[in-house]
Amino acid sequence: MRIVADGLTFTYNRKTKFAKKALDDVTLTIREGSFFGIIGHTGSGKSTFIQHLNGLIPVESGTLTVGDLDLSKGKKTDKKGLRALRAKIGMVFQYPEYQLFATTVYEDVAFGYHNFFPEKSKEEERAAVFAALRTVGLDDSVADKSPFDLSGGQKRRVAIAGVLVSDPEVLVLDEPVAGLDPAGKNELMALLHRIHDGGKKTVVVVSHDMDDVAENCDALAVFSEGRVVMTGTPEEVFSRRKELEELRLDVPVTRKIADALAEKGLGNAFPLRSDDFVRKVAQLYRGKRV
Amino acid sequence: MLSDMTFGQYYPSESPVHRMDPRAKLLLLIVYIVAVFLAKNFYGLAVCLIFLLLAIAFSRVPVRSVLKSVKGIVILILFTFVLNVLFYTPKEGDVVLFWRVTVQGLVSASFFALRIIFLVMGSSVLTLTTTPVSLTDGLESLLAPLALIRFPVHDLALIMSIALRMIPTLAEETDRIIRAQKARGADFESGNLVSRAKALVPVLVPLLVSAFRRANELGDAMDARCYAGSSKRTKYKKLKFSYRDLLALLVTGALLAGVILCNVYAYLLPVLY
Ligand SMILES: Nc1ncnc2c1ncn2[C@@H]1O[C@H](COP(=O)(O)OP(=O)(O)O)[C@@H](O)[C@H]1O
Ligand SMILES: [Mg+2]
Repeated sequence: MRIVADGLTFTYNRKTKFAKKALDDVTLTIREGSFFGIIGHTGSGKSTFIQHLNGLIPVESGTLTVGDLDLSKGKKTDKKGLRALRAKIGMVFQYPEYQLFATTVYEDVAFGYHNFFPEKSKEEERAAVFAALRTVGLDDSVADKSPFDLSGGQKRRVAIAGVLVSDPEVLVLDEPVAGLDPAGKNELMALLHRIHDGGKKTVVVVSHDMDDVAENCDALAVFSEGRVVMTGTPEEVFSRRKELEELRLDVPVTRKIADALAEKGLGNAFPLRSDDFVRKVAQLYRGKRV
Repeated sequence: MLSDMTFGQYYPSESPVHRMDPRAKLLLLIVYIVAVFLAKNFYGLAVCLIFLLLAIAFSRVPVRSVLKSVKGIVILILFTFVLNVLFYTPKEGDVVLFWRVTVQGLVSASFFALRIIFLVMGSSVLTLTTTPVSLTDGLESLLAPLALIRFPVHDLALIMSIALRMIPTLAEETDRIIRAQKARGADFESGNLVSRAKALVPVLVPLLVSAFRRANELGDAMDARCYAGSSKRTKYKKLKFSYRDLLALLVTGALLAGVILCNVYAYLLPVLY
């Protein structure tokens, strides 16, 4: 599904003393099959933007189309349409493990399936739940456990399975690796890579980790104070290091090494992704030796 | 949204009412409530209204915010209004409109409804102009004499301030959880009462879990700082009773006197109904 936002503007607590403009004229296209990264400082409007994508926050001004559904203001989307939209746009909030509620993992994961497809049979539900659990790398045996007995990383996977269960076409995740240890982080990013599967699903991920973003995303948007200040491939965005640092944003470590080498007069067209980077460095080394 | 629900939320401003000593404001509210209850006729209520409007004007809180607190109890007001109309015992010479409904019944029901509205509005002026922290500070200070009979005043004040402090946090949390479950297709708006109540489980369970988690974390944090509610604790912000507070109390005294005068000399005033 293609997502196109044009001039999207949103203010929290409008017309009160606490009014806060969270989005300001956001224009952005997320093409189908993309692994799209959204970066930006805390409070820059990233979470507000993504909640527009499945109609949790109604469009206040500007236009937004998701697939062939027009969510713009004035276009009334009925309850059924909204539910169909939410089944197709899976949304994983920050710290999704805090939303677990059921007595067993199975029930919790089945919650979304049951809500979206009440007419489906128990067998179909079982198949979908176990498929989702396997996708996130959980054993069938956890299905009968209480979600509250699992480890932090497992809880998060259960929560993500609870979103994947409706087989969404687009998966949106708000800071999915926040609070995970490095190993958990890597596993989760690998999981997202598997879900994306070379473009079979669209993945939109809000992240603070520039390395993760550089490794996985094919397009980026940089938010600042409710505006989109940069868009492009990771290579394009991270080549503007100065501007990013002015926005108090970091660049990936490969970019830093490349810059440091350039300072020593060893500048070269170093790629951003770490394995490409290593290959390039190895190539240069060998070239020197020969 | 949900933040509307936490009625009487603090409205930041630098008004004279905001700067008043919370103890004075609490005393003032008590006197005001007594006055509203003492008032036996509309003249008395009018005096209370003048006082209320003065307080709102001085507090520089938009009237809309104060009225919002009434919105929360509209059902209650309507309910008591209807009951008062229906159970009004008619007197000789009352004008019957239809069935049990008399003009006098309507008037007296309005009187009671106004009384509730005035109470709620008055209380919300206090909570709109006083932060929860200074409110509990004030309460603790006013209740201090009870410590003599071993009443745990400090602990009570602490519990209260933590509870008040947590209301917006939990409201925010509820909002977040509701949105997350909506994203999973949860529907809170349709179905009958039973299915709606059942739909709340996916919200209430995570909310409870998070409340316990927060309570644990707070307890640990307090332990880590060796917190013990001893009487030797000093205050970061000392309460100060100023001439402004005294003036406000005098005005409130005048309010009480005015209401009592309206009651006593009611026979001198023109009959309204
Ligand atoms: N529910 C809300 N009510 C009021 N203001 C909010 C709410 N959610 C976010 N904001 C404000 O909107 C701005 C953008 O927030 P958010 O979209 O959460 O940013 P990010 O996800 O990039 O950190 C922030 O200034 C934040 O304080
Ligand atoms: Mg956010």
